[in-house]
Amino acid sequence: MTNNIIISSALHLLLIIITALSLPFLAKKPIDLPPIVSIELIQITDKTSIPYAPKAKKIIEEIKKKEKEKLVSEQAPPKKVKKEKPDAIPLPDQQKNIVKKPEEDKQNPEKIDDEIKQVSEFEKKELFDPNNIAALIDKSKEETAEMIKSDNKVTQSQRKSVISSGLTLNEEDALKAQIFGCWSIPLGLPYNENLLVRIKLNLKPDGTIINSEILDHARMNKPGQGFYKVLAESALRAIRLCQPLRVPTTGYERWKEIQLNFDAREMLQG
Amino acid sequence: MRKFIFLIYICLFVFNWGKAWSLIEVDITRGNLNPLPLAVSPLSVDQNSKEKFKDLLKLEDIGVEISKVVENNLRQSGLFNPLDPKAFLQKPDIAHVKPRFEDWALIKAQALITGEVKIVDEKLRVEFRLWDVLAGKEIMALAFTTVSENWRRVGHIITDKVYQRLTGEKGYFDTRIIYVAEEGLKTSRIKKLAIMDQDGFNTKYLTLGNELVLTPRFNPTNQMVTYLSYFKNLPRVYLLDIETGIQEVVGDFPGMTFAPRFSPDGKKIIMSFAKDGNSDIYTMDLESREVEKITNHPSIDTSPSYSPDGKYICFNSDRSGYQQIYVMRSDGSKVKRISFGNGLYGTPVWSPRGDLIAFTKLHKGKFYIGVMRTDGTGERLLTENYYQEAPSWSPNGRVLIFYRETKSDSAGKGFSAKLWSIDLTGYNERMVKTETDASDPSWSSLLTD
Repeated sequence: MTNNIIISSALHLLLIIITALSLPFLAKKPIDLPPIVSIELIQITDKTSIPYAPKAKKIIEEIKKKEKEKLVSEQAPPKKVKKEKPDAIPLPDQQKNIVKKPEEDKQNPEKIDDEIKQVSEFEKKELFDPNNIAALIDKSKEETAEMIKSDNKVTQSQRKSVISSGLTLNEEDALKAQIFGCWSIPLGLPYNENLLVRIKLNLKPDGTIINSEILDHARMNKPGQGFYKVLAESALRAIRLCQPLRVPTTGYERWKEIQLNFDAREMLQG
Repeated sequence: MRKFIFLIYICLFVFNWGKAWSLIEVDITRGNLNPLPLAVSPLSVDQNSKEKFKDLLKLEDIGVEISKVVENNLRQSGLFNPLDPKAFLQKPDIAHVKPRFEDWALIKAQALITGEVKIVDEKLRVEFRLWDVLAGKEIMALAFTTVSENWRRVGHIITDKVYQRLTGEKGYFDTRIIYVAEEGLKTSRIKKLAIMDQDGFNTKYLTLGNELVLTPRFNPTNQMVTYLSYFKNLPRVYLLDIETGIQEVVGDFPGMTFAPRFSPDGKKIIMSFAKDGNSDIYTMDLESREVEKITNHPSIDTSPSYSPDGKYICFNSDRSGYQQIYVMRSDGSKVKRISFGNGLYGTPVWSPRGDLIAFTKLHKGKFYIGVMRTDGTGERLLTENYYQEAPSWSPNGRVLIFYRETKSDSAGKGFSAKLWSIDLTGYNERMVKTETDASDPSWSSLLTD
């Protein structure tokens, strides 16, 4: 009797495991990711790509320090430091410091805007003061929810992008959008062949190219690889036409060497 | 144990080091389809040769004329944007030896064509070079010698070479088009067979216009043409040798034969034979004159066209009740319908590349020229009009030529028929110049490889 119960339970368990494992697998369709829409973006990534707010705070403070030092050494009059009031949204005490500093740096208004924006985003997300919830309630709930949702998305994808490619999504998009515009695809290429041209670039900090190297160079002069040669040459033309490339303003060490993979199949297939 | 821990440390170090210095990769999967800007510098000619060519060909400057042919071809292709020669800063003779790439880059040229024309032993010798302006290097250099009268063909051959070097596929410029030249009112049309270069020059008429002619098609060597004409008031398939002008009726069929086309090896003619309201597809071996029945169905099977490897045939048939496109093996087995869209499908033509079938579609009173894959998927309609039909592929399978008719009044006035070309993108649609009205075009293969 006991044996039967054990066998029965084991079989049931097996059935459940098989169902749990196999059915979702069978039902799973290949993930069809929509292509990333590339748009022209202003470079604010060195400020916005910070994954966690507490870390971000530190980083921003460091930047402030550096900029403050710069200012002192260049020209900044110390008087301007007085202004302490942040913009509309109330901030915790630590944040006030961050807000007041950008206002000192009037030589670079764009950067200041970015930083203010950055700070206000953090405060919305995580560093808000519980005492000021009342002030936040005025905002519509939907709007806030949407904002948090979308902010989370950006942070996640940025993190993913940082891990996988070393460039943030914004940085990658800016570079892609630039090269898309320069690359005249040779339309006669067959779309069913493996035509992927990988080019390694050494870049100067301003995005100009020191040298470019086709990684499968041997394939260029092989007989029967005429299509590859045509594609490789068009890719090189695109890079030369585009330079200086739109590279991030910071982190030169990170991207001084970069690999571009030119793949026209998607376009040729129409 | 210590060794083991040390090993783990080493592994971790190596792993992290690799990660920290991994190369940033960016995938470029899109580009622009704008025509490539390039400069066609006039070919340089020395004074002595210039004078001789002037006497021989009555041309002011043969170098300029050849470069115009090249420029026009490249522009017509829709893939290139030849820049205005007025903007060129460097003289043709110096540019041909050592171009100043900065000057050419300044006018946004990405490629440069330079050349030199000479007269050598009473023959025309052309040397040309293709330069990559951005890379600052020569990427192709060729020379041809030919009789002077062939100067336009030299321009076409240069275009083919440049086109192939820059796009990766063969060109289609050194080719001819055979078509039906039409004159007169719609009610009393005179139709003649005519042949011309693909850019509309050098037109020659092959028949006198006494009989009605239709659907001419080249054989693979471009020496023979098969077409439809009338024999004893009955439409019959004819064969014409372009060089000798000899014509003959193909086969001794007791009825009408139509829609002829050569097999890819040029040894057979495939056509429709109609009798008692039923038409089937037949082939005839040109050497042995053996006739073979390919389809056997009580419906109208017509417009057969071989795949480039000769293994399959596409045709249209109304066996499903409506005219649709079918594909079968060249022995007539495994017939499979491939068109399933709304409307009627006709005149299927297999691409020389083998990947697509072009067709005419009639839907809600409008005519479309379109393409689909050989299994019937990926149908794309390229152009729409009041009346257009009979697409024919360029030898590289990138452009289609067809004809388009306009409406006429009841007296047959205001009617016109013109040749048009469109490429596979569907954007580059152009009228092809002809001396008269024209219909039923057929593109030859490349005259020189």
